[in-house]
Amino acid sequence: MTSDLAMRPVPQPKRSRARRSKLASYLVLTLGAIVVLFPLYMAIVSSLLTPVQIGQQPPLFYPPSPQWKNYGSAFVDGHLDTYLWNSVLQTLEIVVGSVLTSLFAAFAFATFEFPFKKIIWALILATLLIPFEVTIVTNYQTISSTHLLGSMWALTVPFMASAVGIFLLRQAFMAIPGEIREATILDGCGPMRYFWRVAVPLVRPQLAAFTVIAVLGAWNQYLWPLLLTSNDEAHRTLQIGLKTLNSGTFEGYGVVLAGAVIASVPMLILMVVFNRQLVRSLTGGAIK
Amino acid sequence: MTALRQRRRESLLGLGLVAPALILLTVFLIYPFFKNFTLFLYHAPPYPGLPSKWAGLSQFFDTVTSTSFFDGLKATALYTVLVVPIGVFLGLVLAVAAHQKLKGMAIYRTIFATTAVSSVAVAAIVFGTFMNPVLGLLPWLGIDTNPTILQNPTWAMFAMAIIGLWQFIGLSFILFSAGLQSLPEEVLEAAKLDGASPTKAFFTVTIPLLSPTIFYVFTVGVIAAMFTFGQMDLLIGPGASSAVHVNTLAYQIYQYVVTQPNPGVAACISIALFILTAIVTLANFRFLERRVNYDV
Repeated sequence: MTSDLAMRPVPQPKRSRARRSKLASYLVLTLGAIVVLFPLYMAIVSSLLTPVQIGQQPPLFYPPSPQWKNYGSAFVDGHLDTYLWNSVLQTLEIVVGSVLTSLFAAFAFATFEFPFKKIIWALILATLLIPFEVTIVTNYQTISSTHLLGSMWALTVPFMASAVGIFLLRQAFMAIPGEIREATILDGCGPMRYFWRVAVPLVRPQLAAFTVIAVLGAWNQYLWPLLLTSNDEAHRTLQIGLKTLNSGTFEGYGVVLAGAVIASVPMLILMVVFNRQLVRSLTGGAIK
Repeated sequence: MTALRQRRRESLLGLGLVAPALILLTVFLIYPFFKNFTLFLYHAPPYPGLPSKWAGLSQFFDTVTSTSFFDGLKATALYTVLVVPIGVFLGLVLAVAAHQKLKGMAIYRTIFATTAVSSVAVAAIVFGTFMNPVLGLLPWLGIDTNPTILQNPTWAMFAMAIIGLWQFIGLSFILFSAGLQSLPEEVLEAAKLDGASPTKAFFTVTIPLLSPTIFYVFTVGVIAAMFTFGQMDLLIGPGASSAVHVNTLAYQIYQYVVTQPNPGVAACISIALFILTAIVTLANFRFLERRVNYDV
């Protein structure tokens, strides 16, 4: 095969065609990148402009004298300091909660035999088909009737279990060879010790992937925090804070855009650092 | 004897470990989903505290035949049609272009993924601000902003769709990139050796092999689009959204929970929207079975 190829003279036109297709790729990608990045770039630039500069025509494509005080206004006057902290807390609670419940359930499904196992599994998979949006009527009543309302827990408890997480982690636990478990049993290692010491470290890649997508989902939540914190400033998250900021009366849109930049920076960092985990969790084994 | 006790202990442990997730999913997804099917049978009382009145199925039929529901259906469908096909196409084109061993590809990949991690609030603020006539960008580009785009019954939906499209391209790109990476190289090489031009190879080999991914991205996109309401809420609001035809069904559910509470009607719309998404998903799967090439 190789010798056969080597004997063939390299045809000249093909080579230039390859170069042309390379060039076309760069062209398409650069054009796409500009279109995708332009709004974010303009948001960052405009977040550093004065109200007068922002309305200028032609528009400014760079900040001549960066107005960092816009960020100060967003934090102090727009209360983004409180909202940022709330978002961190909300994300932390949801992620810790859903990671733990998913690890436990996934481990149980992969390791033990217990009554109603198949029915419970089917029930959990069925929840994948229910969009959260169609449950808000009753969930709002449920949360309102508990003393959770008016605390951070109202924002987080409904999301502390995830069928996606259980599904991803169960696959991972099932991939652990049975001999490993048998060996630990022979060593007198109990099931929970096996879980924490052996099984969880072995599923770290999938755990990381699920954690990344859980962070992203929690941080970017809009519907549920909107329902609960439109009138509850003390527990308002950053995303809803942006809405408040946008409808508020601030001097110039620089402050509003500064808020948008503040809200997106943590997830942009997450994406750059954990790109591989993010892609793995978004594709979630659905693609061959 | 010990084996029996051991087994019993394991089944107790198994149930115990499953319990937290099972309870949470039951209380916050399964129960409220089925509760819709009792709520939708009752009229909400005129004042809170009064008993609900039995409506039977009439409330459901009244709701789904009302003009506001029909407008919502139209808005939801238009939004989906504007966002999904273009988003699938652009994501595919960019992923194909990036699927080469060229210098700087990692940077491009990162750039396209940024939109997938941006929240709807951030996207809405960024785009919404530049659609504001106070800002110089659109007038400078020669776009008439009087009446402003967001208050324009013809163009408001396009503005909403551009925001959704921008967000969807990232996800579409990521999914297609992963799909392309999982294609069998040998088949593509074979096509090349057979003298197929890149364009021909793309349409006769790559696209058919990629068809499961295409349908997956399409389905994910449609379901997400059918539940969109974030940018409508943030930039237009519950009052004006029906005037400019962007009052999607998901947004109507929210309004019947919060701004004009009516659990019965909210449940009716929830059920209708769920049935619609189920139909679209099933239709996609039926189509998938027939047209999609799985024999790789």
